[in-house]
Amino acid sequence: MNDVPGGPGDQAAYDVVVVGAGVVGTAIARELAHHDLRIAVLDAAADVGDGTSKANTAILHTGFDATPGTLESRLVRRGYELLEGYAATTGIPVEPLGALLVAWDDEQLAALPKLKAKAEANGYDRTRVVDAGEVYRREPRLGPGALGALHVPGESIICPWTTTLAFATEAVQAGVDLRLDTRVGEVVAGDGDRPHEIRTSRGVVRARYVVNAAGLWSDELDRLFGHHGFTVTPRRGELIVYDKLARPLVNHILLPVPTARGKGVLVAPTVYGNVMLGPTAEDLNDKTDTGSSAGGLAFLREKGAKIMPALLEEEVSAVYAGLRAATEHGDYQLRSHPEQRYVCVGGIRSTGLTASLAIAEHVMGLLVEAGLAAGPRRELEPPRMPNIGEAFPRPYQRADLVAADPDYGRIVCHCERVTRGEIRDAMRGALPPRTLDGLRRRTRALNGRCQGFYCGAEVRELFDHPPAVSVSRLRADGDGQARTGDTETTSGEARP
Amino acid sequence: MTTSATSPASTARRERSVEVLIVGAGPAGLAAAAELARAGAGPVEVIDREEHAGGIPRHSHHTGYGIRDLHRLMTGPAYARHYEGLATASGATVRTGVTATGWAGPLTLQTTSPSGLESITARAVVLATGARERPRSARLVPGTRPAGVYTTGMLQQTVYLRGQGVGRRAVIVGAEHVSYSAVMTLDHAGVKVAAMVTDLPRQQSYAAFRLGAGVRYRFPLLTGTTVTRLIGRGRLQGVEVRRADGRTEVIEADTIVFTGDWVPDYELARRGGLAVDPGTRGPSVDTALRTSVPGVFAAGNLLHPVETADAVALDGRHVAGSVIAHLSGAPEAAGVPVDVREPLRWVAPGRVGPAGPPPPRDRFILWTARFVPRPTVEIVQDGRTLLRQVTRRTLIPNRPIYIPAGWRTAVDPERGPVTITVR
Repeated sequence: MNDVPGGPGDQAAYDVVVVGAGVVGTAIARELAHHDLRIAVLDAAADVGDGTSKANTAILHTGFDATPGTLESRLVRRGYELLEGYAATTGIPVEPLGALLVAWDDEQLAALPKLKAKAEANGYDRTRVVDAGEVYRREPRLGPGALGALHVPGESIICPWTTTLAFATEAVQAGVDLRLDTRVGEVVAGDGDRPHEIRTSRGVVRARYVVNAAGLWSDELDRLFGHHGFTVTPRRGELIVYDKLARPLVNHILLPVPTARGKGVLVAPTVYGNVMLGPTAEDLNDKTDTGSSAGGLAFLREKGAKIMPALLEEEVSAVYAGLRAATEHGDYQLRSHPEQRYVCVGGIRSTGLTASLAIAEHVMGLLVEAGLAAGPRRELEPPRMPNIGEAFPRPYQRADLVAADPDYGRIVCHCERVTRGEIRDAMRGALPPRTLDGLRRRTRALNGRCQGFYCGAEVRELFDHPPAVSVSRLRADGDGQARTGDTETTSGEARP
Repeated sequence: MTTSATSPASTARRERSVEVLIVGAGPAGLAAAAELARAGAGPVEVIDREEHAGGIPRHSHHTGYGIRDLHRLMTGPAYARHYEGLATASGATVRTGVTATGWAGPLTLQTTSPSGLESITARAVVLATGARERPRSARLVPGTRPAGVYTTGMLQQTVYLRGQGVGRRAVIVGAEHVSYSAVMTLDHAGVKVAAMVTDLPRQQSYAAFRLGAGVRYRFPLLTGTTVTRLIGRGRLQGVEVRRADGRTEVIEADTIVFTGDWVPDYELARRGGLAVDPGTRGPSVDTALRTSVPGVFAAGNLLHPVETADAVALDGRHVAGSVIAHLSGAPEAAGVPVDVREPLRWVAPGRVGPAGPPPPRDRFILWTARFVPRPTVEIVQDGRTLLRQVTRRTLIPNRPIYIPAGWRTAVDPERGPVTITVR
């Protein structure tokens, strides 16, 4: 048995253990970190946000189309406000492009006023039905046949990777133990004063309170606590990401109009300057099957050819498949079991990114109600995240940064314009990546049209042997501000 | 102390002027620079975003370079050094680690390098940004996203420039010249080739390459075979293929190399608003290698994905003459487009006029999507046949096909596009 904190060799149990380091789990950890508590986050993966959180449609939703009256509706609305503010503070890339739900047939056109009414029932009154003329004025490259649209000005695109990383960074800097590569096996539920014993692939972790944010596996963890309230069905969503030269084609998030015959696919810009087409929606049995399929890609191309034929002329940069945690219920499965000192945060669908901070706030309330002595809330200094979005100057565009540290002028990944300085910062940061994929999500390196043809070997070299930090004290922070760093680390020393 | 990103201090660029700015220090760019500097064209500067000049030959460690341009046989790295030395010795400035990030005017490029941000204005700009292989994602190959997936370019850099490990058993996708280059690179890295697969009915390289490689490295060539899925989490474990007879099988492999399927690196050309050739996807040029923007030229594999390095270097010499003519105020003559019909995919150059110079090497390059035995090539303008040529030589995909350029003097600039067909 490993001699780890919280293990048998360590008598002190954590106050709270969060299982799952996705966007929801890390948001909860961040919220808990505002209190004087011992907290750990466990995840089976090698990185935070490595499950559903990493491969989604990356939209900050207003919640206009949620089912009114649901917890999801409330938390998405509240989460939108919170995350919008948090993103501005920490430098998470967000672009408020607005969405158009484009109607391609009479049934869809007839659905628009109902969607507008639904948005208003959800407390969002800024939607507007627009005619075909306005649709084509707003989106001249849209394929022929659009009859009208619902304009939802608040819908935004966001960087899902930076969001999870920001939550995790803030939590870790406040003292939360982040335990990756740690798979939960069994749980021996505590009772009375005895804490829960969580048996993991890296030893036993003891916890007075447990929060289940295990995403696709949240139903299985819930069963370890003796509950059978829901079953997660992995719903695969395949996505095609088009090259940056496609970005000028699209001005809004182009959403499908949901009808009885199911949801269509969306076309949306990404904060990295690409255009995304997807997702498919296919229920699977295997919670790890994130492969793409010939059928799925053909389906997307067929849909994309109708929505925006010019898009398909551009090169494809990447193909992803993500799994969403669908359940048999129409709402989040967020349940507190005070007698067990256990909160389940299951069935969080694609809206979880938007709702994450509100879910965390809500879970904090549930834990306190269940008897967690959290004490007063203290302020934390939110981290400044590296800017990997296109809406603000990137390091290679900043003469001040390059002058202070020439490594910000050394472009390594040419397609994505990622500099050696940014890769070095990621490798030496508070939450260094353990895999090349982790480095991709922190910097965008290797994510471009060439997929490593030019820089694959060099990026691998920088990952295997991270360069030393130069004497410079400037950091490339996300607000486009050159600020004096808090360290004076020089060559060779690890950066705190 | 903080500085706002929008203040002049953070975005200030050094502004400079040169006579000729060449983007890309591969064989085309370096050969053009050498020729221009030697001709006394004024300050000639070549910029390249990589740390070392030379382009693709830099990491192609096999021999075969220099035949048509230098009349000798060299390895890729030696060839790259030769051209860098030639450009420098002729008086051109070669700057590496400098990325052209965009345009600030028709003849002004913005750059980023460790020494800062610049705006460089030139009287003539030559784009020689080359071509790259389409990666797995752009080929829409389904399956997982494991490690062990390469293009030849990435593989060569991994093996020859970085000395990193690759794997044990590889599938090579493609059976053209570059695919055999991948075979040699894998052998150098101690990786066994499990199979070479091509969706075409035959391999497309020289018969001697296939014979030699087949005997020496002993791997099957699977023709009419498509990669249908990658299998394996974390690391590649297998490659599912569909054979010509419809059977599906899984080839055990921890490495897959996607070779060929070249696409020009056209980002800068497109960001500059240059007219695009619908066939090559590179900038549209005439026989003088002039783009649609006066003073902006293009050369090399940006125009014809993909030719061998020696042919590319000859492009560079050719464009130098056109640049000198431009600098001395020669009039621009508009050409007409040259279109191709299936199975042809493109022709380069894709514009032609009777007044222009002959194209590089006095020939046009064609590219075909499928094998065409005993082809009849016909070039027609407005119902007039400009050339009709019957040959015994089969047109082979993924290999340049040359046609003579003499017909171009008969093109009438008033009678619309020229069309090339093969039967």
